[in-house]
Amino acid sequence: MSSTTEQRKVNARMKNPLFLLWIIGIVAIAAVPFAMPSLQLLVSFAMAKGLGVLGVTVLLRAGQVSFGHALYFGISAYAGAFLMASMPGTDFVIVLIAGTLGAVLAGLLVGLFVVRYRGIFFGMLNLAFSMIFWSILEKFYHYTGGADGIRLPRPMVLGNTLDHVQFELVLFYTAVVLMVALGWFTTRWFASPVGQLFQTIKTNETRLEYLGVSPRRALLSGYLLSAVLCGVGGVMMGMAQGVVTPEYVWWVRSAEMVFIAVLGGAGSVQGAFLGALIYEFVRTYASVYAGDIWQMILGGFLLIIILFAPGGLIAILNSLFNRGSGKGGTGK
Amino acid sequence: MNFAIFLLALFDGIAYAALVFIVALGLTLIFGVMRILNVAHGSLYAIGAYASVTLTGYALSLGFAPVLAFPLMIVSAVLVGILIGAPLEKFLLRRIYDKSEVLQLLMTFAVFMILEDVQRLVWGTRPYFDSSALQVLGNVTVFGVTYTAYQMILLPLVAIALLLGMRFFLRHTVTGKLITATTEDREAAQSIGVDADKVFLFTFVIGAILAGLGGALASPTTSILPGMGADMIVLSFAVVATAGLGQIEGAALTALMIGLGRSFAVYLYPEISVLVPYLIMVLVLLVRPEGLFGTPGARKI
Repeated sequence: MSSTTEQRKVNARMKNPLFLLWIIGIVAIAAVPFAMPSLQLLVSFAMAKGLGVLGVTVLLRAGQVSFGHALYFGISAYAGAFLMASMPGTDFVIVLIAGTLGAVLAGLLVGLFVVRYRGIFFGMLNLAFSMIFWSILEKFYHYTGGADGIRLPRPMVLGNTLDHVQFELVLFYTAVVLMVALGWFTTRWFASPVGQLFQTIKTNETRLEYLGVSPRRALLSGYLLSAVLCGVGGVMMGMAQGVVTPEYVWWVRSAEMVFIAVLGGAGSVQGAFLGALIYEFVRTYASVYAGDIWQMILGGFLLIIILFAPGGLIAILNSLFNRGSGKGGTGK
Repeated sequence: MNFAIFLLALFDGIAYAALVFIVALGLTLIFGVMRILNVAHGSLYAIGAYASVTLTGYALSLGFAPVLAFPLMIVSAVLVGILIGAPLEKFLLRRIYDKSEVLQLLMTFAVFMILEDVQRLVWGTRPYFDSSALQVLGNVTVFGVTYTAYQMILLPLVAIALLLGMRFFLRHTVTGKLITATTEDREAAQSIGVDADKVFLFTFVIGAILAGLGGALASPTTSILPGMGADMIVLSFAVVATAGLGQIEGAALTALMIGLGRSFAVYLYPEISVLVPYLIMVLVLLVRPEGLFGTPGARKI
């Protein structure tokens, strides 16, 4: 658990061929608007969703699964939309911050309650909260627009009014920067003392208490981080789509996030984004043919991953690249 | 709120509580014995409802009497238990009993996702409605309030019978005692010759039948739509969690609490009626994290 071993691990990661692969991946994504403009919006969505998935991934590191994290995705998007409705022409950065703050606030309120629980209760209570918020959005349609949702008009960017092409480009690169920055931050956070304590909840929570550390507080810190990540993803998604609907909070969205997190590799930062990218691509092209059985396909895939590849895509990649050094294995 | 409305809310609440209890009973039984929260339980409920409506509709179209709806409900519940519940336990859940709780949750969740689409494929998205069972029993009038006998008498009776039956079954029959023994200490039970695999399979099928029965009994009183399974799993989890996971008698009481709370809210504050069950759950869990009747489990170091 000491930070020197963690440092060594980080150094080892630098020399890892996979690390190079991630750099290439980020550069490739940054080139999308010029190389393949038709994919730009799709990749924007994938990155926004990836941020949300990263939130779920954080919790998986503590051995907890939340079936309701679309709650924060939705709350921040609605916070952004409400802000734009009350103050048209608000700046892009303000909307981003306001949305994230909304998610933090909700994360703190719900978090204070759910960190008392683990496992089944943790997962299901999160689901219950997201369903509560969903029905509020549907019932109080005078304020929330009901099932039709509310528009999230294009905000100003640093005082400039942009047309939609420019704005989408700004959104895209903001998403790239956020992905890299928050991804890096989360990796560092896992290695930090707080992050290490947080992950101990998975391995041995009682020992944590014997050390004089409050596991609830440790879990709450990670829960807040996960709410922030989901919040940033949600408000980015809201701005990219221009409209916010209760569907953002629907349990299927939460399930999707859990699915991508497990697909990418339970607990892996890069896996969250890799999973989200692959997921968005497959969904966009495959759901045309398989829209009716989309959930069934997801569920089936989830079963296969759980039973046969519990380490997800990242573990498969790792075993491909590290085969010689004997570090492979499916990360069981 | 006048007396008539009070009575209506009371009857609504009791009928609703009876249905929720039947579903929650299956959920809490499975959890109590197998330590698995079956998220797909909600789908079994929905499929029970769909199956019952389809079978009843078919029987009516053949010219049978509407009374046949009652045995057909039991048939659909048993079908759900045997055709879906049994393979689910035998081929999927059995592989993950030694895995972590999160993995088990993910697994049943995956099954839930699959079954939600199966419903849509088989029955489409249009709502189904068939109230022939409701009409067979007619109405009763109490203190000037007319209510369906099905909801006022049959549903509560079935719920009470199931509660007492389950108590008797677990405490006074050999099979029930085998289940209790396996729950207490699986290894010790196996060492004296109990086939734990069989006990688990049996328990899961019974639980699945209860979910299907809940759906079948609910089918005459509500229109059957996609998504009803998702609502039910969260609601029955709320009941089971408020009572304390694995507490059968407690589940009956909290089902009543939540059912009444919800139905009175429907008449008094309709906007928040959906939220009432969860508010009750959150309030109870704030004070008693293990639920009203749960006991804090000993933690392993």
